[in-house]
Amino acid sequence: MRREWMEIVDHSAVAKDTYRMVLKGQIAEEVEDPGQFVHIQVSDRFFLRRPVSIADVHPDKNEITLLYKVLGDGTQALTEKRTGDKLDVLGPGGQGFPIEKDVREALIVGGGIGVPPLYYLAKQLVEQGIKVTTVLGFRSKEEAFLIDEFKALGALYVTTDDGSLGEKGLVTDRTDELRGSFDTYFSCGPTVMLKAIANQLEDVRGYISMEERMGCGIGACFACVVHTPEDDEKGYRRVCCDGPVFKAKEVVL
Amino acid sequence: MDISVSLPGLKLKNPIMPASGCFGFGKEFAQFYDLSELGAVILKAATGEKRYGNEAPRVAETSSGMLNAIGLQNPGVEKIVKEEIPFLKTYDTPLIANVSGSTMEEYEQVAATICKEVDALELNISCPNVKEGGVQFGTDPRLAEEVTARVRAVSTVPVYVKLSPNVTDIVALAKAAAAGGADGLSMINTLTGMRIDPATRRPIISNQTGGLSGPAVKPVAIRMIHQVYQAVNLPIIGMGGIETTDDIIEYLLAGASAVAVGSANFKNPLICKELIEQLPEALERYGFSSIEEVIGGAHHETTASGLFRA
Repeated sequence: MRREWMEIVDHSAVAKDTYRMVLKGQIAEEVEDPGQFVHIQVSDRFFLRRPVSIADVHPDKNEITLLYKVLGDGTQALTEKRTGDKLDVLGPGGQGFPIEKDVREALIVGGGIGVPPLYYLAKQLVEQGIKVTTVLGFRSKEEAFLIDEFKALGALYVTTDDGSLGEKGLVTDRTDELRGSFDTYFSCGPTVMLKAIANQLEDVRGYISMEERMGCGIGACFACVVHTPEDDEKGYRRVCCDGPVFKAKEVVL
Repeated sequence: MDISVSLPGLKLKNPIMPASGCFGFGKEFAQFYDLSELGAVILKAATGEKRYGNEAPRVAETSSGMLNAIGLQNPGVEKIVKEEIPFLKTYDTPLIANVSGSTMEEYEQVAATICKEVDALELNISCPNVKEGGVQFGTDPRLAEEVTARVRAVSTVPVYVKLSPNVTDIVALAKAAAAGGADGLSMINTLTGMRIDPATRRPIISNQTGGLSGPAVKPVAIRMIHQVYQAVNLPIIGMGGIETTDDIIEYLLAGASAVAVGSANFKNPLICKELIEQLPEALERYGFSSIEEVIGGAHHETTASGLFRA
């Protein structure tokens, strides 16, 4: 992990309140697993950094792609950055999605702004010859992104809250029907969605990626702590450095 | 320029150390630089037993700072001694253990256990984020004096009492700590605050209130140190919103003999190392030729009494 001034080489809107930012620098070479994140200092005006997951990596060009959603003043200010600007970035942080050797068929389940890290994961899975089926949930068509990219990697099912794209409903409506067609699932999205998926697919090996308000982003401040089941001696996990990816049963959702 | 400072129990290569709770037990920062460069390390708070702390969210950003309500999460003093301190001991820097508790007895127990492993104690009678103990000892001068005296009696190393700014009269608390036998003071802890999310109509932090830190609190800390320096003859470790060498000089001028860098470690994990490197040049820029000259320099004193405190 390092602190680096990365150069913004591309920055554009991809969906409602959702932006794609490509950053160039050494951090790109150091990404180990899909699901890791970078911790961004938006400007002097904001005291805390903003964690953003890595959506894609191009090691040949020293570039990482981020997709972020405007959720407050900090991310709003981030949208004002221009190509060529330098950004104070700490990363790559956290433990990403592990890809066990015996994975043959994977199910990917993403919700909203939880979708980005799953794209780099899906690419890695396909590269390793693993069959990927993806279910993505968005609020509406105008908030959806990465649709064609996921389609190119395998079967894709989309659900939206209002039915404006794909099927109207929740990701769990679809994942239930897909049972039996995968040996491992990988999921990232709102905690309520992760909880529903983990309950529904309780008997399947699964990994989930969590989100929490962070302080330092390196494991020192204990801001982003989650509970573990009672039989765990340590009693907690830090989302920033023990996660953000956990085995589905490792933490209490 | 020699920027070393000697304080009770502490020979500091430089007057800069990370503040308690902002540096864990050092491991995370050791990947960024050699911890031997630090003046000292103040450890994350230790309590008698393991504590989970508060529910998340535990932090919220504010203008020029942040609120936190971690709730003294730590593995308990025994585990800290066994599993955390050995790593820090591999570095050539003094260690200050932050001692916390809910009862007098717990403070004594933690202090007696951990004092054997460190160079000094920072007695935390000022954490605003725990329901029992903590800050009640830091806001009532009688209790502050008693807990200081009891911890001082069991400790084999100097005790620095960490004062809470959430009081009307900081000098009364500083005097109480001095009367209890404190070897030094550490100030300030965070100021209690709250933020409410207009969308949910609820406080952002699950504990509702949190401790405010960052540059927003610096003027409060400077004022309090300036007051206490005049009233109590004890060395002060100053903290609150330090981000630059100018901030450090301001603290020293107010009367601190050394400083701790807190939440700035979250913005920039290399901040302590960078400030240590920049400090000699900054001192020269303002015409100082030694650290002693800066300490208490804002007070119009006839003798260089700063010399005798360091």
